[in-house]
This record gives sequence, C-alpha cells and structure tokens, in this order.
Amino acid sequence: MENKRLELSDSQLKWETIFKWFLIAMSILLLLIVLGVLITLIMESMPSIKSLGISYLWGKVWDPVQNIYGAYPFLIGTLLTSFIALIISVPFSYAIAIYLGEYNPKGWLSDTLKNAVELIAAVPSIIYGFWGIFVLVPLVRTLEMKIGVMPLGAGVFTASLVLAVMIIPYGASLGITLIRMVPSPLKEGAYALGATRYEVIRSVIMPYTRTGLFAGVLLSLGRALGETMAVTMLIGNTSAIASTFKELVFGPGNTMASVIANEFAEADHTMYLSALIELGLVLFLVTVVINLIGKRIITRFTNN
Amino acid sequence: MKLTKNLKLAVVALAASCLTLAASAQDNTLLGAGSTFINPLFSKMFSQYTASKVNYQSIGSGAGIAQLTAKTVDFGDSDAPLNADQTAKMSAEVLHIPMTSGAVVVTYNIPGVTKALNLTGKDLADIYLGKVTKWNSPEIAATNKGVSLPDLSIVVIHRSDGSGTSFIFTDYLSKVNPEWASKVSKGSAVNWPAGLGGKGNEGVAGLVKQTPGAIGYNELAYAIQNKMDYANIQNKSGKFITATIAATTAASNITIPADSKVSITNTDNPAGYPISSFTWALIYKEQNYGGRSKARATELLKLLWWNIHQGQADCEPLNYAPLSKSAVKVAETILKSATFDGKAIL
Repeated sequence: MENKRLELSDSQLKWETIFKWFLIAMSILLLLIVLGVLITLIMESMPSIKSLGISYLWGKVWDPVQNIYGAYPFLIGTLLTSFIALIISVPFSYAIAIYLGEYNPKGWLSDTLKNAVELIAAVPSIIYGFWGIFVLVPLVRTLEMKIGVMPLGAGVFTASLVLAVMIIPYGASLGITLIRMVPSPLKEGAYALGATRYEVIRSVIMPYTRTGLFAGVLLSLGRALGETMAVTMLIGNTSAIASTFKELVFGPGNTMASVIANEFAEADHTMYLSALIELGLVLFLVTVVINLIGKRIITRFTNN
Repeated sequence: MKLTKNLKLAVVALAASCLTLAASAQDNTLLGAGSTFINPLFSKMFSQYTASKVNYQSIGSGAGIAQLTAKTVDFGDSDAPLNADQTAKMSAEVLHIPMTSGAVVVTYNIPGVTKALNLTGKDLADIYLGKVTKWNSPEIAATNKGVSLPDLSIVVIHRSDGSGTSFIFTDYLSKVNPEWASKVSKGSAVNWPAGLGGKGNEGVAGLVKQTPGAIGYNELAYAIQNKMDYANIQNKSGKFITATIAATTAASNITIPADSKVSITNTDNPAGYPISSFTWALIYKEQNYGGRSKARATELLKLLWWNIHQGQADCEPLNYAPLSKSAVKVAETILKSATFDGKAIL
C-alpha cells in the first residue's frame, strides 16, 4: 500500500481532473442561474421601484390605467391560499405517511396507494383547475349559501382546497420514506415495553422523524406559494380586499403568481410591465424568506 | 433490423422536412403576430391566399406589438390602437390598417328569463361599478317592461387577463358613464370595482354559465358558438340593438379619420351596435428596414390589400363583421401610403 496515485496513468489522471472540474462547473452554473434570475428581476423592476418605492408593498390599489400599483392584496392572497392549503393538507399527508410507513408498508395495497399519492403530484395543474371549476366550485357554492356568504363558488377557499390536494404528495412521500427508515430496534424496544401502536408512533416515530416531516411541509408550502394555473382558474381574480374575515376566506382574491400570469402578456406600458416584474421579485423573496425560516427551524430541531 | 431501417428512414425524412420548413420560413413566409381575437379569421384567410405563405402567431395584441417593435415580424395585429407609450417605443411610424370589426356582447345567466334583456350603457356601467346589485332593481326593470326579473344578486364577471375585449368594453363604458370614466377608465386591464375575474373568453363564459345571476362580456363569435344569451344594448340614438354581424358592420359605417385610429364604440350610426371595434394590422410605414427586400414588402402589402377586399368574404361565416365601405376606403388610402425607400409600393 504505497501511494496509489503513482500507479495511475496519465489519461486516468486527466479524466479525474476533467470530471472534477465538470462537477464544479455544473454547480457554479446553477448558482449563477439563480443569481441571474434575481439580478434580472431587480433590473427590470427598477422603474417601478424608483417611482413607487417601498410603499409598493402595502399599496392596496392595483390600477394599470392610472399607473398606481400596490402588491398588498396579492401578497395577502398568496400567503392566505398557501397557509389555508397547508393547514388542510397536513393532516392528510401525515396520515398517509404514517399509514404507508408504519401500518401497511408492504403489499399490493400499500404499493397502489403510494403510487396513487405520487400520481397526484404528476397531474398537470390545469387539470386540477378544470376539476375545481366543474366539481369544487358548485360544492363550495352550496356551502356558501348555507353559511350566508355571497355564493360565488370561486374564491380563496376553493383555490386553497385544490392547492391542498396538489401539495399532499410532497409532504406524504417524504414522510413515508422517513418513517420506514426509523430503526426497528427502537420500535421493537417500545413494543417490548408494552407500548401500543399509537404510543409507538407518538413517542418513538414522531420525535425521530419530526425534522423530516417538517421539511416535507416546507416543500409543499414552496409549491403552494408558486402554483399559478389552477389557482388562477379558481380564485376569482379580484384585487379588492375583503373587509370581514368570512369574506376574506370565502370571497374572491388574487395571488402574485396569478396576476403575473394574467396580465403579463398584455402589459402595454413600461411602468405596468415593471410593476408586474417587481411582483415576481416579491414572490421570489417571499419564497426565499420562508425557506430560510424553515431551514432555521430544521437546524434547531436537529440540534436538540 | 427492418424496423430500425424504417425508423432511420423516418428520422431522415423528418429532418429533411424540418430543414425545408426552416428554409421556407426564411425565404418567403410572411410573419405576423398579435391578437388572438382575429386568429380564426386570419387562419382561414391565409389558407386561401395563395400568392404567399403567412405564419401568424396569436400571442395577444400586446405581445404582437412587442414583436413588431423588435422587428421580428412583418406585421402585428392589435385590438386597440397603439398607445403613447407603445408609439414612443417604435423606431419609425406605424400604420394601422383595419382588418375586420368585432362586437363584444353582454352575456348573463338569469334563471327563468328567456327573453333577451334590454340594457342601457349607463346601467351596464352602474352594474359593473357595483352600484346596481339586484336584477329586479328599478333601473333594469325600467327598460324591461313585461319581463319578470327575479330578486337575485348580480354577480359581475370580468376578464382577469389583459385583453382587447376588456379594452373595447371599458372604452364603451367610459363613453356612456362619466363616473366609470373618472373612477375606472379604459384599458386592456383595469382596476375592476366589483366582481370576479375569469381567464380568457372561456373563463368568463364558464363562470357566467355556472353562476345564477351572473353577468359577463364575451366576443360575439364566442357567444354565438357557445349558444349564450346576450342582451340588447341601447345605442347613442336610443335604440336597443341586438348584436349581429350587420349591426357591427353598421357601427363602423361612419366617417373614419385618415389614420383609421378611431374608437367606434357608442357609434353615431343609428343601426350600429354600440360595443364594437376594429382590429388593426400594424406595419411600419417605411418598409425598408432591417435588410428587407422590396419583394417582401410588396408581398406584405398585397396580402393586406387582399385581406381588406377579397378576404372580407371569409368574415361572415366565422361571425366576424366585414369592414364597412367607409372603412375599406380609408384602409386603401393607408396601404397606398406605405413606402419603400420613400417611394409608394402599391
């Protein structure tokens, strides 16, 4: 066992170096692309930033005719739909993860279910949009008539419902994998002490996989924040802000992504275009901030 | 073995056809981009026009204008004339040539009402302002004697995406209701004071069809194809006009300025339907730019000349309104004013 490198031929060494540099170049390229996107967004939104300043963020009026732009209604809409969707989806994704990870990890039923969950993520979002229009909207309208809000059907709540379905697989798949990875000695120890299945899940599996499950939630939140097509078709697309809580949740709203998708193609003057791009910048930053917060939480849990 | 051979042949054939396509695109295919509204008509026209091949991409008026600004197409097509900002971005003078006119109809879904509603422009604007909120309100009842209107809330539906249809509609509302003009004004996207937005014609139509009490607006052709109810709108002369192709053509049969950049909403013609507009092909007045050949410029002009004459026969079967006589005359003069190196082409 002398120095092994000495036995390598020239061509082997050359290939080693080339391969290493290839890997480095690819990684740097990715970083450059993200930076490039950010720089483009900032540069293109300069006219809007210069003329509207920071008040863009809490301006409540979006009026392309008079060149008044405020992102507040869309910021609220994006956060509201994403978090409502998250609240609805978490019980489902956790339940699926626990069932397929612990109760029924093998066999045809388990495989079918797992494939079905993954299929949910593979369905194009426009199909969810159609499904929402034809199935969810009438259902939500019936519900709205019962609870006494304007029965529009389309709105923040409907969009959140569809979003919830769309993001379930992100939390669930990661959860299934993690729960299956919990070392059996730990579980067997707990069973040996007389713990029930529920007790094992609560005191062994959950603490062991908490960080990973949270990461799954974060993934799904990231997806919900940026989802465009299905939300655009269902949210009602209005920039007016509702005054009561009920109207805020059930009434029509708008998200940053759907405003961009709706208005970008026909944005017919410089300021308008720039304000839309600034909306993209805000969405970019919101996603980054939420991801950073998530990372912090994950590190904290892991350290403990 | 045989299969692989066949596959190889297929690939070669495919590659060859792609090459020829690419080559023809560079050689003599005229390129156009813009309005989605006119796309079915253009497709039909260009399939019949044999003198040159045309490739038209329906990417939206605004995007078409941007392509013309970047000089990547020979002509654009827009449902609204260029605004000041867009004109300033163009490097040279741009001509507007009316191609056809289209109407925007007011669609609704009122359970139990089968007769076509009569609406005045002012009331329509008040509905869209959120001031008239019930179908049985006195304003609507006044113009619909004998129709039993239900005590149903009006659900206002508008386009959520920027669109020429919205421009025509808001342009009309601005003309007939001063409050609309000062509060909302006109644009391809405006700050809608009330209601929900649907994406595209189909988005608005879908919401209107599904929601009892809904009111929306669609292109005439779209409403006819989808068998939707639409209202008769009161024009400037006080008559309630049903949107038809003839009434739309009548709307443009007025004195048209030399540059054809005129809004024909709220038309002076007593037989005209009031919510209608031209859609314009856009070309540079001086055709010698970016190394274009004179032959190409001539082909383009000939194509547009054909569009405003023989091509007009394609309008009616597709529910577009042919240009009125006065519009064709103005369009002819505009086409003749196009130049190559300062000399007239046609």
